[in-house]
Amino acid sequence: MGINVSVYISPKQGILDPQGQAALGALRSLGFEEVEEVRIGKYITLQLEDMDQGKAEERLREMCERLLANPVIEDYRIQIQE
Amino acid sequence: MKFGVVVFPGSNCEADCYHVIDQVLGQEVEYVWHHRTDVSSYDCLVLPGGFSYGDYLRCGAIARFSPVMEAVGAFAHEGGLVIGICNGFQILLEAGLLPGAMLRNTSLRFICRFVNVRVENAATPWTNRAHEGQMLRIPIAHNEGNYFLDQDSLRRLEEEGRIILRYCDQQGEVSEEANPNGAAGNIAGVCNEGFNVFGLMPHPERASEEILGSTDGMVIWESVMAHHGGKR
Repeated sequence: MGINVSVYISPKQGILDPQGQAALGALRSLGFEEVEEVRIGKYITLQLEDMDQGKAEERLREMCERLLANPVIEDYRIQIQE
Repeated sequence: MKFGVVVFPGSNCEADCYHVIDQVLGQEVEYVWHHRTDVSSYDCLVLPGGFSYGDYLRCGAIARFSPVMEAVGAFAHEGGLVIGICNGFQILLEAGLLPGAMLRNTSLRFICRFVNVRVENAATPWTNRAHEGQMLRIPIAHNEGNYFLDQDSLRRLEEEGRIILRYCDQQGEVSEEANPNGAAGNIAGVCNEGFNVFGLMPHPERASEEILGSTDGMVIWESVMAHHGGKR
């Protein structure tokens, strides 16, 4: 079966996101003036072997802290699929 | 003096560094493959530019876990001289050997051109043959050179004199117009607390011979050689 996981990496609040800024400008110029902010990050999917959910969460946090995200500039959110 | 040029899969400036150390400086130099776990025979390690591991995930994020980096870390903690150029700088940041992180250039463009940088601290192993305020004309070539550090850490870095190079204009003024990539405080190069680890975005190895249009990068190599000579 395995455990399906989604990890969302986004630039930290307050960190300039040049890609998001460019997309924001492009959306506005297309007439989507309601857009106030765009932040561009990464979406990573992982498949883990079956294990205890708590243990999986702990391991995933470690994966994010050590490799998948750079805590200096990025936040991460882990979503384990039901 | 014996240099080691660390080679990761995807490095592409290692031959330039090797050439300058060997042919221009006339020093001993060897390539150090990323699987090596012992770097104790070198006086100075060079982490060259390029796209280590394809720059996948983030620049330097995968390279920092390659076997050689543990040895580089231990070498640095014992006071060994380590210089990271461009991608090498990014790897040192990811490894936590230098503070901060790199964001994409504000222009979202890969920038490859000569820039001016100003020497902010000339009392380091890497700049002792320069004088404070000296302007160096050295090329940059990167997509992620937008140096980021939180305000408190930035202030600390400044107080400790660890900002070594800043982007400046022709007159030596550090201005927003002279900032090619959006880097905080126009920072182009920083040191660790012990000043034995130096990371910079400009490529001194591309500005060490007349034929390449500038020899301003030489002062960095000459400084580290003078530093090493003085120690012995």
